[in-house]
Amino acid sequence: MAEDAILGYLEKNDHISDSGQFAAERRIDHNEIVNVIKSLHGFKYVDAQDIKRETWVLTDEGKAYTATGSPEVQLFLAIPPEGISKEELQKKLDLSVFKIGCAQAAKNKWVEMGKQLVTRKIQHVDDKVKDLLLQIQEGQAINQDDIKALKARKLIVPQTWKGYSVKKGPNYAPKRKKVATDLTRENLQRGDWKEIEFKEYNFTAKGLPTEGGHLHPLLKVRQQFKDIFRQMGFEEMPTNNYVESSFWNFDALFQPQQHPARDSHDTFFLQAPSTTKELPEDYVQRVKQIHESGGYQSRGYGYDWKREEADKNILRTHTTAVSSRMLYLLAQKPFAPKKYYSIDRVFRNEAVDRTHLAEFHQIEGLVCDRGLTLGDLLGVLHEFFARLGMSKLRFKPAYNPYTEPSMEIFSYHEGFGKWVEVGNSGMFRPEMLLPMGLPEDVRVIAWGLSLERPTMILYGIDNIRDLFGHKVDLGLIKRNPICRLGL
Amino acid sequence: MPTVSVGRDRLYAALGRTYTQEEFEEVCFSFGIELDDVTTEKAIIRKEKHLDAEVEEDEEVIYKIEVPANRYDLLCLEGLAQALRVFSREEEIPTYKLANISKESMIKMHVKPETSSIRPHVVCAVLRGVTFTEASYNSFIDLQDKLHQNMCRRRTLVAIGTHDLDTLQAPFTYEALPSSSINFVPLKQVKSFRADELIEFYRSDLKLKKFLHIIENSPVFPVLYDHNRIVLSLPPIINGAHSAINLKTKNVFIECTATDLTKAKIVLNTIVTAFSAYCERKFEIEPVEVIYSDGKLYVYPDLSIYNMDVSLSYVNGTIGVSLEAEEVTDLLNRMQLRAEQSVSGDITVFVPPTRSDILHPCDVMEDVAIAYGYNNIPKRSPASLKPLALNELTDHIKLEIAMTGFTEVLTFILGSWRENFAMVNRKDDKSKAVVVGNPRSSDFELVRTSLMPGVLKTIGHNKDHPKPIKIFEVGDIALLDERKDVGARNQRQLAALFCGSSSGFELIHGLVDRVMEAIGAAFVPISDHTGYFIQPSDEPEFLPGRQASIIYKGKHIGTFGIVHPEVLNNFDIPDPCSFVELNVESLL
Repeated sequence: MAEDAILGYLEKNDHISDSGQFAAERRIDHNEIVNVIKSLHGFKYVDAQDIKRETWVLTDEGKAYTATGSPEVQLFLAIPPEGISKEELQKKLDLSVFKIGCAQAAKNKWVEMGKQLVTRKIQHVDDKVKDLLLQIQEGQAINQDDIKALKARKLIVPQTWKGYSVKKGPNYAPKRKKVATDLTRENLQRGDWKEIEFKEYNFTAKGLPTEGGHLHPLLKVRQQFKDIFRQMGFEEMPTNNYVESSFWNFDALFQPQQHPARDSHDTFFLQAPSTTKELPEDYVQRVKQIHESGGYQSRGYGYDWKREEADKNILRTHTTAVSSRMLYLLAQKPFAPKKYYSIDRVFRNEAVDRTHLAEFHQIEGLVCDRGLTLGDLLGVLHEFFARLGMSKLRFKPAYNPYTEPSMEIFSYHEGFGKWVEVGNSGMFRPEMLLPMGLPEDVRVIAWGLSLERPTMILYGIDNIRDLFGHKVDLGLIKRNPICRLGL
Repeated sequence: MPTVSVGRDRLYAALGRTYTQEEFEEVCFSFGIELDDVTTEKAIIRKEKHLDAEVEEDEEVIYKIEVPANRYDLLCLEGLAQALRVFSREEEIPTYKLANISKESMIKMHVKPETSSIRPHVVCAVLRGVTFTEASYNSFIDLQDKLHQNMCRRRTLVAIGTHDLDTLQAPFTYEALPSSSINFVPLKQVKSFRADELIEFYRSDLKLKKFLHIIENSPVFPVLYDHNRIVLSLPPIINGAHSAINLKTKNVFIECTATDLTKAKIVLNTIVTAFSAYCERKFEIEPVEVIYSDGKLYVYPDLSIYNMDVSLSYVNGTIGVSLEAEEVTDLLNRMQLRAEQSVSGDITVFVPPTRSDILHPCDVMEDVAIAYGYNNIPKRSPASLKPLALNELTDHIKLEIAMTGFTEVLTFILGSWRENFAMVNRKDDKSKAVVVGNPRSSDFELVRTSLMPGVLKTIGHNKDHPKPIKIFEVGDIALLDERKDVGARNQRQLAALFCGSSSGFELIHGLVDRVMEAIGAAFVPISDHTGYFIQPSDEPEFLPGRQASIIYKGKHIGTFGIVHPEVLNNFDIPDPCSFVELNVESLL
């Protein structure tokens, strides 16, 4: 009704200058008018401007007098023409009415408060106070002296009045359309979609979060690395064997038995199964010999090689243990060149911190062919790392017991503004390859890096435990973008 | 990798020049060592004690340099500086030689057979007329520490004892005796201990307690005596106080007891070669004769040169270069390997006693490669395949969308003019569509300019499928393009649609957010060009006020909204749908 009144009025008139007045004229509660105006304004049917006014409202006492009349008039009317004793008069009225009435009537010089009797001084009075209160209640203006007097008697109190002036808005229509949040099947069936008014969208907020599954960020990067290897013609090595013997993990790689990496500080040795049951014996003999006294043009390390050390089982410390098995198998057949890769878990008995875990993923690639050179190694590394978006590389001489030459790979990181180490590489030593039985001119170039480090750089993660393990925030896995390595 | 701490100024003095830190780092990088940390002595102490003190101006700068684990000759400033001087051709390779003394005047070490059960080997040498400074003395002590830690495997394999020879009298004996019968004043103590008591005494010694296990359970302890039964040392635990060396010591007697003879020889060689530079006769070492009880005699140190023949073709063929023999020998000289061309045209390398890391011609080949410069070696690129970035990205995005529960559809490229324009409320201004000249039917009139008709047709034909339906398609459209030779180009688009009892607008909005998150684009405030934002749009195929544009890096890349009911009606779809279409190429 209020909405129709406003929209209807505006159809023929320019504006409503005062919502209060508008409400009063139509005997509609002003609060209802205000609510309708707010809603119409929200949908731009109307354009509303605030109006503020100081007004006076009746106190409870004031409201009571509008019905009963003011105390002084009540008192006056209670006095019979012959007069009445104070005691009798008091009995006829409430105590408060009597008290206030006496004071006010006396002040107005309406009554004579005699010692015996209270008598009328004049014959007729008007209830001006009641009239003023009624006028205020109806929102009419009265003069300031009256306001002061009523305020002093606590019959009225000031109040800020809020209302609006209203004119047509950009979406003005004489009748409001239905407001909806979404288009429904029923709307289409009834065909009422043309009339529907929609609630406006808030595009500074996001939409409804999608539901669905998410893959782990680290494994997304692993997938990308696998793709890169395959595009470069590399075949995956089977790495599903965490338990390895020291022989394949170290000895076969010409890593001497006193090497620090073989300390319990670095390697997890096993209680069960503690030792390996089987090794290829003739090959073991050749490995023993190359360690002890050399051969194949090598001087060897010159120490007593112990079978017990080689037999000790460990959790593999690098996937190169698998590479040594694969190369050994390759050597048992007529030679054919191979390109191998693997990406899998390795284990180190290390203290866990922001950048180290006791287990992590190693990425390894190797090329086995006749006549390979360091130039091939540089070429394949440039090719590989360019696909990760690292095209500026340089190489530092390094030491590794099973590669010679050994090269640390550095990439220029534009974000950090410096060269950062991104991996290790080298050519496997003849002392590793020849005892396996590979032809003398066959060389193996290889490189390795961790999966975690490039992933941390890629996603800006500085604590490895935020990336990998049970402490990882599931939200991070869900929010994680696709792996754009080289994309 | 072991780290050697050297005073920067002392190092530069030894190198005969100064470097900026960057210059020095470059030299290190090319030689294969690494400047790991720059600090000061006081900073190290402060760090140990967790103090935050003011840095004083006059603090000596310490370089911590990482060296390869097999280059024991680089474990002290003396060896490091010499290697770098030779590398930069500022110095010739030194020649180490044994003092020419008669067999009779040679100092003798007699080895008792009992030692074979606990620590069977000993090698010795003498440095005569040494002049220590405080710095070189400290370096001498540090080197022994480093060797003990590294090659000696915390003294299990080899233990080093150095003594003031002038306090002792040869000949010496190396024995193994019950601990209760050994008494001496150990280093840094004043009172005499019995060996078994000494073991107990050191149990609380932070440094020495780590070595006790090596001998404590043996019935006999290894011990070295001089002619007057003065204890030189109780290896591998402690030296005697009597023969302790100091700054004024002139003649140093060095003994290395070992379970591994090869390593003992290398340790001895490493010490005597590095510090013979401070001898009166530079690079000259006085030998010691070690006599075993079976009468076998050995003279140490063994400074013999190992001759290794390395074929030139092997070096060139492995590195991938074509160097002449002279170039190779010259490069090897820089790596402290004296080499010459042999008669056969190959290379003979004279491996000095300092270079125990050279085991095989491959080690020589590596040194040639290092001196040549790894980064100067010509690359040989392997044959390999490059994926197409656009298709790779497409595959990734498709997977992400499918994982949010949308099913992929594959629709036709060709379609009718009506469905491409009129049915989706679009006007044809003739500027977009590739038009077929000889269509067999109206289904082949043009090449789609949007994925929308195909996706809507799919919904129209799947009316009976349970709702909601969530489908998507990633594929190419074709657009007229004057810049192309043929006048048209493909464009990769992504479209997704929700159909249900209500429009699912917010769900499609959420999918847009997920796609943008997946490509790593941030949701940014309107007008920010670093990521993407959404703003109201006004396209005819969508319901007015129920649609929005996707703005990415300032460019409009797509639109989503509630499909206009007239459009739904055109495709005979009774249910409300929300739809998004965006340009995938703009995400690349």
